[in-house]
Amino acid sequence: MYDHDVLVIGAGLAGMRAAIAAHQQGADVAIMSKVHPVRSHSNAAQGGINAALTDRGDSWEDHAFDTVKGSDWLGDQDAIEVMCQEAGDELIALEHMGVIFNRDGGGHLGTRAFGGQRRARTFFVADITGQALLEAMYDQLMRWEVRSYEEWFCLELIVAEGRCAGCVALEVRSGTLAVIRAKAVVVATGGLGRAFEPTTNALICTGDGMALAYRAGAALMDMEMVQYHPTTLKGSGILITEGARGEGAYLLNKDGDRFMECYAPSMMELASRDVTSRAEQTEIDAGRGVDGCVMLDCRHLGERLIKERLSQIHEIGLDLAEVDITKEPIPVRPGMHYQMGGIKTDVEGRCWDPQGRWQGVEGLFAAGEAACVSVHGGNRLGANSLLDTVVFGRRAGQAAVDYSQSTGPADLKETYYLAQAKERLAQMLERNSSEDSVARLRLEMGKAMDQGLGVFRDQQGMEAALSRVLEVKDRYQRVPVRDKGRMFNTALIFALELGFMLDCAETIVRSALERKESRGAHFRRDYPQRNDSEWLKHVLLDAALEVPRVAYLPVTITRWPPEKRVY
Amino acid sequence: MQVTLKVRRYNPEAEKPKDYWQEYNVEVESAGTVLDALIKVREETDETLALRCSCRSSICGSCAMRINGHAALACKTRVSAVAHQGEPVTVEPVGNLPVIKDLVADFQPFWDKVRAVQPWLQTAGPEPEKEYLASNEAMMHLAGVVNCIMCGACVSDCTVLEVDKNFLGPAALAKAYRFAADPRDAATSQRMGLYNQYGGVWDCTRCFECVQVCPKGVAPMDRIMALRERVMANGLKDTYGARHTEAFTEIIEHSGRLDELRLPLKTYGYTNIPKLIELMPVAIRALAKRKSPPVLHKSIPGVENVKRIFKKVDQLQKGDGKVSTEKAPPKP
Repeated sequence: MYDHDVLVIGAGLAGMRAAIAAHQQGADVAIMSKVHPVRSHSNAAQGGINAALTDRGDSWEDHAFDTVKGSDWLGDQDAIEVMCQEAGDELIALEHMGVIFNRDGGGHLGTRAFGGQRRARTFFVADITGQALLEAMYDQLMRWEVRSYEEWFCLELIVAEGRCAGCVALEVRSGTLAVIRAKAVVVATGGLGRAFEPTTNALICTGDGMALAYRAGAALMDMEMVQYHPTTLKGSGILITEGARGEGAYLLNKDGDRFMECYAPSMMELASRDVTSRAEQTEIDAGRGVDGCVMLDCRHLGERLIKERLSQIHEIGLDLAEVDITKEPIPVRPGMHYQMGGIKTDVEGRCWDPQGRWQGVEGLFAAGEAACVSVHGGNRLGANSLLDTVVFGRRAGQAAVDYSQSTGPADLKETYYLAQAKERLAQMLERNSSEDSVARLRLEMGKAMDQGLGVFRDQQGMEAALSRVLEVKDRYQRVPVRDKGRMFNTALIFALELGFMLDCAETIVRSALERKESRGAHFRRDYPQRNDSEWLKHVLLDAALEVPRVAYLPVTITRWPPEKRVY
Repeated sequence: MQVTLKVRRYNPEAEKPKDYWQEYNVEVESAGTVLDALIKVREETDETLALRCSCRSSICGSCAMRINGHAALACKTRVSAVAHQGEPVTVEPVGNLPVIKDLVADFQPFWDKVRAVQPWLQTAGPEPEKEYLASNEAMMHLAGVVNCIMCGACVSDCTVLEVDKNFLGPAALAKAYRFAADPRDAATSQRMGLYNQYGGVWDCTRCFECVQVCPKGVAPMDRIMALRERVMANGLKDTYGARHTEAFTEIIEHSGRLDELRLPLKTYGYTNIPKLIELMPVAIRALAKRKSPPVLHKSIPGVENVKRIFKKVDQLQKGDGKVSTEKAPPKP
């Protein structure tokens, strides 16, 4: 058995930020990831990180209001205030850590415009911001020699003595099982995009942490809020950064019109993502698209700017779409991108409420996309996700240290947990009978989610998706794993991931069926209006015996009462 | 289109673990990548095939492997670009790292070397309240190196690592350059001492493989050359590498062409008897093949023009320092 004060599961930006913060507080912290930390999906965040700096005439209140409005008033305003107030210091901390941000003429940090915001407050490193941040964080882990379990797969969170006390994990390389005991556990495993097909998300984004926490008794909140990004490639669903529109690119329909004029006359292409995605889908459905897409036109930005600031997507266009964006428009369409919902936490990253107003697990913390604080509500603003990871990653790391100091290690029977996990894996490896495969089941689930829970939804479509997901879930119990080996058995990993995704998919559909209104990314044709009198509240699900149990929490409003949302 | 993948496989749990080739026929879309093909194999034909992959858009660095003998990202390599006239496409794990299973290599030695270059910013004095000031040009120059996704393609095909595992290698040294060239970094002399050691900047043979295979245009070799300049500018000239560079330059400046007899003598030192004895067999072989350089070395006609070039470069370097190998990397 391994022992630590704090165990962080997931080593993207939120996880590494949490681990660095915990280390700085002197705790014995370990970080664990199913991949090497620099392979985490945070590296795909291209555009930048938001911060309102007062010395530039910006204000955190303006940033917070834009975020509240972006969230369609579903974000909790106390949490949004914290995020926007701490953004500036966190940005400077990143710069001091070594991140090479783009600069302005005076050598200060430079900004670019991003969607849904009235000011340019997005700080960036060309179009590799996530990668540049991730690199700087991993450099810190190397520098401080933080214990890192790399390519370890978490099977289960251990709940003992009424709190989360560690986890059971599989070392992928050797196939060895181990118990890692910790006084506090931070889940920062990112998103669940692969529950949809297609998605911009990497193959590793399988909702592991959300499902792990849910199974351990935590609540998942606002799971119906799934962001469709306006500019993804057809087929693969690969992301084209919002930075392209931030730099001034146009969206055109088949007639060459900038159709956003009809949907968001003042913000145009830089309206919130849900608004822009719906506009695109409306154009495509009305027959004004090009082969199921609209066109993103970067040509007028000039070759020089494209090659300096958008080089990564220039490369992606050439490699994956055979389009040179300096010379021709590139076809794009809305694609599943981000999960606003997640494990319910408070602003300290705690997944439980000391006052007991919501279901949770003591000793468990969460941050980043896996968590739902909630700062993004019904729709996340571009470049707020990186900010979310670093602000709440740090806070969760610090709070986990504080908590670990208030308690001792739980009394765990290592052999019991190991035997149980071993039995479970053996059972999966023994299955041979079914013709099904993990890949086929995932595809069926993903297509059902894309069809039923896309940009436009309705009762019938969502019910169809639910029955499909439940049917796949049933077949999952018998699906064979065809690699029977111990070492680096990726087939086994995929099967375990599919189990996590199915839990996530079910909670998404059930939450979406619950919310009978349209808000943010959740747009129902059968309830096309936002309904503040009944639905200015969060939907929470926690695992019960047969079907998940539903609960509600009011949205925290501090200073911005709901308004009409126009861009 | 139809393609045959010829995959080098290795099962560590076999009774007698041994690598072997296995062929798979796959149907991929015309714009499909080698990764698409491999994933299709894994999902539809053979779940036991092990490989790492994640982002599908050349940013996570997981899927570097040797395709038709050269390191590349599988997600960035179109099948149509490598399947020549129906020939099978060979797929192997990256080179110069131990194989764990099939296409999965052990990256521990890779990361050990990255860590050895102290890849973190070391500033001096108290931290400013706000950001450090730096020019956009300097930061974007570094972005060319931060572009590195640590995929290991350069390490895979490094010809030095093939014969000397001690070499820090192109990825780690490019990373070293990223900090050495950071205007905010204050640990220059300590870094230069570190990179000047055995296994450091002088062990590169400038074969260009790393520049060729890097999927992100980082051009590691150019970074190593730039580090050499910095090492020497820091007064560290007592290595064979530095003396070779200086001797080479002096000779060319003096006579306009290389004096192959004096180059090793100047590099190793006229009195370095053991090293010169080591070179004797080479000299004898050269003599036997009539390849030995003339004892009397003549200058080329118009050598004064060469000297003028050197003078000009000297002036420029003292001026704005624009003449340097620290050029922008080529675009991929």
